[in-house]
Amino acid sequence: MLILDCPCCGRAADETELEGGGEAHLTRFGPGASDDDFERYLFLRGNPKGVHFERWRHAYGCGKWFLAARCTTTLEVFGTYAAQTTAPPPEIVAAIKARRPNWEAPV
Amino acid sequence: MPEARMAWNGAAFDGLAQVRELPVQGMISLRGDLASAPVQNAATEVTGAAMPGPRGVEGAGDSAIAWMSPDELLILLPHGTVQDALARMDAVLAGEHALALDMSDARAVFEVEGPAAREVLAKLCPVDLDPAVFGPGEMRRTRAAQIAVAFWQSGPHAFRLICFRSVAGYLFDLLKGAAHPAARVGVFDPSA
Repeated sequence: MLILDCPCCGRAADETELEGGGEAHLTRFGPGASDDDFERYLFLRGNPKGVHFERWRHAYGCGKWFLAARCTTTLEVFGTYAAQTTAPPPEIVAAIKARRPNWEAPV
Repeated sequence: MPEARMAWNGAAFDGLAQVRELPVQGMISLRGDLASAPVQNAATEVTGAAMPGPRGVEGAGDSAIAWMSPDELLILLPHGTVQDALARMDAVLAGEHALALDMSDARAVFEVEGPAAREVLAKLCPVDLDPAVFGPGEMRRTRAAQIAVAFWQSGPHAFRLICFRSVAGYLFDLLKGAAHPAARVGVFDPSA
Protein backbone atom coordinates (compact mmCIF):
# COMPACT_ATOMS: atom_id res chain seq x y z
CA MET A 1 0.00 0.00 0.00
CA LEU A 2 1.37 3.36 -1.05
CA ILE A 3 0.79 6.36 1.20
CA LEU A 4 1.89 9.77 -0.07
CA ASP A 5 1.85 13.04 1.88
CA CYS A 6 0.01 15.54 -0.26
CA PRO A 7 2.11 18.75 -0.17
CA CYS A 8 -0.96 20.82 -1.13
CA CYS A 9 -3.29 19.93 1.74
CA GLY A 10 -0.90 18.16 4.10
CA ARG A 11 -2.87 14.93 4.38
CA ALA A 12 -1.29 11.50 4.33
CA ALA A 13 -3.21 10.16 1.36
CA ASP A 14 -3.77 6.51 0.75
CA GLU A 15 -3.14 5.23 -2.77
CA THR A 16 -6.88 4.75 -3.27
CA GLU A 17 -7.42 8.48 -2.67
CA LEU A 18 -4.94 9.34 -5.42
CA GLU A 19 -4.83 9.23 -9.17
CA GLY A 20 -1.56 8.51 -10.96
CA GLY A 21 -0.43 10.87 -13.69
CA GLY A 22 2.62 9.07 -15.05
CA GLU A 23 6.21 10.21 -15.23
CA ALA A 24 7.10 13.67 -13.97
CA HIS A 25 9.48 16.31 -15.34
CA LEU A 26 8.76 15.62 -19.01
CA THR A 27 10.12 18.19 -21.40
CA ARG A 28 7.30 19.29 -23.59
CA PHE A 29 7.68 19.41 -27.37
CA GLY A 30 4.97 20.89 -29.50
CA PRO A 31 4.52 22.47 -32.93
CA GLY A 32 7.81 22.97 -34.71
CA ALA A 33 9.63 20.22 -32.81
CA SER A 34 11.33 17.37 -34.61
CA ASP A 35 9.42 14.13 -35.00
CA ASP A 36 11.92 12.38 -32.72
CA ASP A 37 11.48 14.92 -29.93
CA PHE A 38 7.74 14.86 -30.26
CA GLU A 39 7.63 11.06 -30.20
CA ARG A 40 9.87 10.98 -27.14
CA TYR A 41 7.69 13.52 -25.34
CA LEU A 42 4.42 11.88 -26.28
CA PHE A 43 5.15 8.16 -26.07
CA LEU A 44 8.53 7.19 -24.63
CA ARG A 45 8.93 6.83 -20.88
CA GLY A 46 11.86 5.84 -18.72
CA ASN A 47 9.98 3.17 -16.75
CA PRO A 48 12.99 2.67 -14.46
CA LYS A 49 13.45 -0.11 -11.96
CA GLY A 50 14.28 1.92 -8.86
CA VAL A 51 14.01 5.66 -8.27
CA HIS A 52 11.15 7.22 -10.18
CA PHE A 53 9.59 10.69 -10.28
CA GLU A 54 5.85 10.68 -10.73
CA ARG A 55 2.84 12.94 -11.03
CA TRP A 56 -0.05 12.27 -8.70
CA ARG A 57 -3.36 13.95 -8.12
CA HIS A 58 -5.10 13.97 -4.74
CA ALA A 59 -8.30 13.17 -6.59
CA TYR A 60 -10.54 12.31 -3.63
CA GLY A 61 -9.00 14.94 -1.36
CA CYS A 62 -7.99 18.49 -2.21
CA GLY A 63 -7.96 17.73 -5.93
CA LYS A 64 -4.47 19.16 -6.54
CA TRP A 65 -1.58 17.75 -8.53
CA PHE A 66 1.78 17.13 -6.89
CA LEU A 67 4.98 15.22 -7.63
CA ALA A 68 6.46 12.29 -5.75
CA ALA A 69 9.82 10.52 -5.75
CA ARG A 70 9.62 6.85 -4.93
CA CYS A 71 11.28 3.52 -5.63
CA THR A 72 9.38 1.29 -8.03
CA THR A 73 10.84 -1.90 -6.57
CA THR A 74 10.48 -1.31 -2.83
CA LEU A 75 7.69 1.33 -2.89
CA GLU A 76 9.87 3.44 -0.59
CA VAL A 77 8.77 7.07 -0.81
CA PHE A 78 11.60 9.64 -0.77
CA GLY A 79 9.35 12.65 -0.69
CA THR A 80 6.59 14.65 -2.33
CA TYR A 81 6.83 18.18 -3.67
CA ALA A 82 4.99 20.86 -5.61
CA ALA A 83 3.92 20.18 -9.16
CA GLN A 84 5.24 23.61 -10.17
CA THR A 85 8.84 22.41 -10.41
CA THR A 86 10.75 21.38 -13.52
CA ALA A 87 13.41 19.30 -11.74
CA PRO A 88 13.58 17.43 -8.43
CA PRO A 89 14.35 19.95 -5.64
CA PRO A 90 17.65 19.59 -3.72
CA GLU A 91 16.06 18.17 -0.55
CA ILE A 92 14.41 15.38 -2.54
CA VAL A 93 17.69 14.60 -4.32
CA ALA A 94 19.44 14.55 -0.92
CA ALA A 95 16.81 12.22 0.52
CA ILE A 96 17.29 9.83 -2.40
CA LYS A 97 21.10 9.96 -2.16
CA ALA A 98 20.89 9.19 1.54
CA ARG A 99 19.13 5.93 0.73
CA ARG A 100 20.61 5.16 -2.72
CA PRO A 101 24.23 6.44 -2.66
CA ASN A 102 24.93 5.25 -6.21
CA TRP A 103 21.91 6.91 -7.73
CA GLU A 104 22.49 9.77 -10.13
CA ALA A 105 19.85 12.34 -11.01
CA PRO A 106 18.71 11.96 -14.63
CA VAL A 107 19.96 14.76 -16.83
CA MET B 1 -38.13 27.56 -7.67
CA PRO B 2 -39.32 24.02 -7.01
CA GLU B 3 -39.34 22.97 -3.39
CA ALA B 4 -35.97 21.68 -2.18
CA ARG B 5 -36.08 17.95 -1.56
CA MET B 6 -33.79 15.65 0.32
CA ALA B 7 -31.83 13.31 -1.92
CA TRP B 8 -32.90 10.09 -0.17
CA ASN B 9 -36.12 11.18 1.55
CA GLY B 10 -34.50 11.36 4.97
CA ALA B 11 -33.65 7.67 5.06
CA ALA B 12 -32.63 6.38 8.48
CA PHE B 13 -31.13 3.19 9.87
CA ASP B 14 -30.53 2.12 13.44
CA GLY B 15 -27.67 -0.30 13.96
CA LEU B 16 -24.24 -0.03 15.56
CA ALA B 17 -24.78 3.67 15.01
CA GLN B 18 -27.74 5.74 13.94
CA VAL B 19 -27.48 6.68 10.29
CA ARG B 20 -29.83 9.30 8.94
CA GLU B 21 -30.04 11.74 6.10
CA LEU B 22 -30.21 15.32 7.34
CA PRO B 23 -32.66 17.88 5.95
CA VAL B 24 -31.54 20.04 3.04
CA GLN B 25 -28.46 22.07 3.92
CA GLY B 26 -27.47 25.37 2.34
CA MET B 27 -24.00 25.22 0.82
CA ILE B 28 -21.92 27.86 -0.90
CA SER B 29 -18.71 26.97 -2.65
CA LEU B 30 -16.21 29.81 -2.35
CA ARG B 31 -13.06 29.74 -4.43
CA GLY B 32 -10.32 32.30 -4.38
CA ASP B 33 -7.11 33.22 -2.59
CA LEU B 34 -7.83 32.11 0.98
CA ALA B 35 -5.18 34.48 2.31
CA SER B 36 -7.03 37.52 0.98
CA ALA B 37 -9.06 39.55 3.44
CA PRO B 38 -12.20 39.94 1.27
CA VAL B 39 -12.42 36.17 0.74
CA GLN B 40 -12.01 35.51 4.46
CA ASN B 41 -14.49 38.25 5.37
CA ALA B 42 -17.06 36.97 2.90
CA ALA B 43 -16.95 33.56 4.57
CA THR B 44 -16.89 34.70 8.17
CA GLU B 45 -19.51 37.42 7.84
CA VAL B 46 -22.32 35.22 6.56
CA THR B 47 -21.65 32.29 8.90
CA GLY B 48 -20.47 34.02 12.07
CA ALA B 49 -17.84 31.28 12.25
CA ALA B 50 -14.10 31.82 12.45
CA MET B 51 -11.87 31.28 9.42
CA PRO B 52 -10.61 27.68 9.52
CA GLY B 53 -6.98 26.82 8.91
CA PRO B 54 -5.90 24.19 6.40
CA ARG B 55 -7.94 20.95 6.75
CA GLY B 56 -10.14 22.57 9.37
CA VAL B 57 -13.81 23.25 9.92
CA GLU B 58 -15.17 26.04 12.14
CA GLY B 59 -18.70 26.63 13.34
CA ALA B 60 -21.49 24.42 14.57
CA GLY B 61 -24.71 22.87 13.35
CA ASP B 62 -25.75 24.08 9.92
CA SER B 63 -23.62 27.25 9.97
CA ALA B 64 -19.95 26.51 9.40
CA ILE B 65 -16.93 27.09 7.20
CA ALA B 66 -14.96 24.09 5.96
CA TRP B 67 -11.55 24.18 4.32
CA MET B 68 -11.79 22.08 1.16
CA SER B 69 -8.51 22.73 -0.66
CA PRO B 70 -5.83 25.45 -0.77
CA ASP B 71 -8.20 27.65 -2.82
CA GLU B 72 -11.66 26.49 -1.81
CA LEU B 73 -13.99 26.86 1.16
CA LEU B 74 -17.35 25.22 1.69
CA ILE B 75 -19.78 27.48 3.51
CA LEU B 76 -22.65 25.79 5.31
CA LEU B 77 -25.75 27.85 6.01
CA PRO B 78 -29.44 27.20 6.74
CA HIS B 79 -31.00 26.36 3.39
CA GLY B 80 -33.33 29.36 3.17
CA THR B 81 -30.62 31.93 3.79
CA VAL B 82 -28.31 31.09 0.88
CA GLN B 83 -29.55 33.65 -1.66
CA ASP B 84 -29.34 36.44 0.88
CA ALA B 85 -25.85 35.32 1.95
CA LEU B 86 -24.68 35.15 -1.66
CA ALA B 87 -25.76 38.75 -2.25
CA ARG B 88 -23.84 39.85 0.85
CA MET B 89 -20.79 37.85 -0.19
CA ASP B 90 -20.82 39.28 -3.71
CA ALA B 91 -20.75 42.75 -2.19
CA VAL B 92 -17.76 41.87 0.01
CA LEU B 93 -16.00 40.17 -2.91
CA ALA B 94 -16.47 43.05 -5.36
CA GLY B 95 -13.30 43.46 -7.42
CA GLU B 96 -11.76 40.29 -5.96
CA HIS B 97 -10.76 37.34 -8.17
CA ALA B 98 -13.07 34.90 -6.41
CA LEU B 99 -16.22 32.91 -7.01
CA ALA B 100 -19.12 32.18 -4.67
CA LEU B 101 -21.73 29.77 -5.95
CA ASP B 102 -24.87 28.18 -4.51
CA MET B 103 -24.16 24.44 -4.39
CA SER B 104 -26.95 23.53 -1.96
CA ASP B 105 -28.69 21.13 -4.31
CA ALA B 106 -25.50 19.38 -5.39
CA ARG B 107 -25.01 17.35 -2.27
CA ALA B 108 -26.68 15.20 0.36
CA VAL B 109 -25.79 15.27 4.05
CA PHE B 110 -25.81 12.26 6.36
CA GLU B 111 -25.17 11.97 10.06
CA VAL B 112 -23.72 8.90 11.74
CA GLU B 113 -24.16 8.98 15.48
CA GLY B 114 -23.34 6.59 18.28
CA PRO B 115 -20.33 5.18 20.11
CA ALA B 116 -19.50 3.05 17.06
CA ALA B 117 -19.71 5.93 14.58
CA ARG B 118 -15.92 6.03 14.20
CA GLU B 119 -15.85 2.36 13.44
CA VAL B 120 -18.56 2.71 10.80
CA LEU B 121 -16.53 5.37 8.97
CA ALA B 122 -13.24 3.53 9.44
CA LYS B 123 -14.68 0.54 7.57
CA LEU B 124 -15.39 2.66 4.52
CA CYS B 125 -12.71 5.36 4.33
CA PRO B 126 -8.88 5.15 4.08
CA VAL B 127 -8.55 7.48 7.08
CA ASP B 128 -6.97 7.00 10.49
CA LEU B 129 -10.00 7.54 12.72
CA ASP B 130 -8.22 6.97 16.03
CA PRO B 131 -9.66 9.62 18.41
CA ALA B 132 -6.11 10.80 19.11
CA VAL B 133 -5.59 11.48 15.40
CA PHE B 134 -8.97 12.59 14.08
CA GLY B 135 -11.02 14.88 16.29
CA PRO B 136 -13.40 17.82 16.22
CA GLY B 137 -12.44 20.69 13.95
CA GLU B 138 -11.00 18.43 11.24
CA MET B 139 -12.50 18.37 7.77
CA ARG B 140 -11.59 15.23 5.87
CA ARG B 141 -12.19 14.86 2.17
CA THR B 142 -11.72 11.29 1.13
CA ARG B 143 -13.60 8.40 -0.38
CA ALA B 144 -16.12 5.94 1.00
CA ALA B 145 -15.79 2.75 -1.02
CA GLN B 146 -16.17 4.03 -4.59
CA ILE B 147 -17.41 7.59 -4.10
CA ALA B 148 -16.01 10.89 -2.92
CA VAL B 149 -17.19 12.04 0.51
CA ALA B 150 -16.13 14.59 3.08
CA PHE B 151 -16.84 14.36 6.77
CA TRP B 152 -16.24 16.14 10.03
CA GLN B 153 -17.04 15.44 13.66
CA SER B 154 -20.28 17.19 14.64
CA GLY B 155 -20.66 15.90 18.19
CA PRO B 156 -18.95 13.70 20.79
CA HIS B 157 -20.02 10.57 18.91
CA ALA B 158 -21.42 12.07 15.73
CA PHE B 159 -20.03 12.67 12.27
CA ARG B 160 -21.56 14.46 9.32
CA LEU B 161 -20.84 13.28 5.81
CA ILE B 162 -21.49 15.01 2.53
CA CYS B 163 -21.57 13.37 -0.89
CA PHE B 164 -23.00 14.23 -4.28
CA ARG B 165 -26.75 13.70 -4.22
CA SER B 166 -26.68 11.39 -7.24
CA VAL B 167 -24.84 8.85 -5.06
CA ALA B 168 -26.76 9.47 -1.83
CA GLY B 169 -28.48 6.09 -2.07
CA TYR B 170 -25.16 4.34 -2.54
CA LEU B 171 -23.69 6.07 0.51
CA PHE B 172 -26.74 5.28 2.62
CA ASP B 173 -26.49 1.60 1.66
CA LEU B 174 -22.77 1.62 2.49
CA LEU B 175 -23.37 3.18 5.90
CA LYS B 176 -26.22 0.78 6.55
CA GLY B 177 -23.96 -2.18 5.82
CA ALA B 178 -21.09 -0.83 7.91
CA ALA B 179 -23.48 -0.13 10.80
CA HIS B 180 -25.16 -3.53 10.67
CA PRO B 181 -25.58 -4.88 14.22
CA ALA B 182 -23.79 -8.11 13.30
CA ALA B 183 -20.77 -6.24 11.94
CA ARG B 184 -19.22 -4.91 15.15
CA VAL B 185 -15.42 -4.86 15.28
CA GLY B 186 -15.02 -2.76 18.43
CA VAL B 187 -11.61 -1.44 17.43
CA PHE B 188 -12.16 2.05 18.86
CA ASP B 189 -14.28 0.78 21.73
CA PRO B 190 -12.48 -2.14 23.43
CA SER B 191 -15.07 -2.32 26.20
CA ALA B 192 -17.81 -3.19 23.70
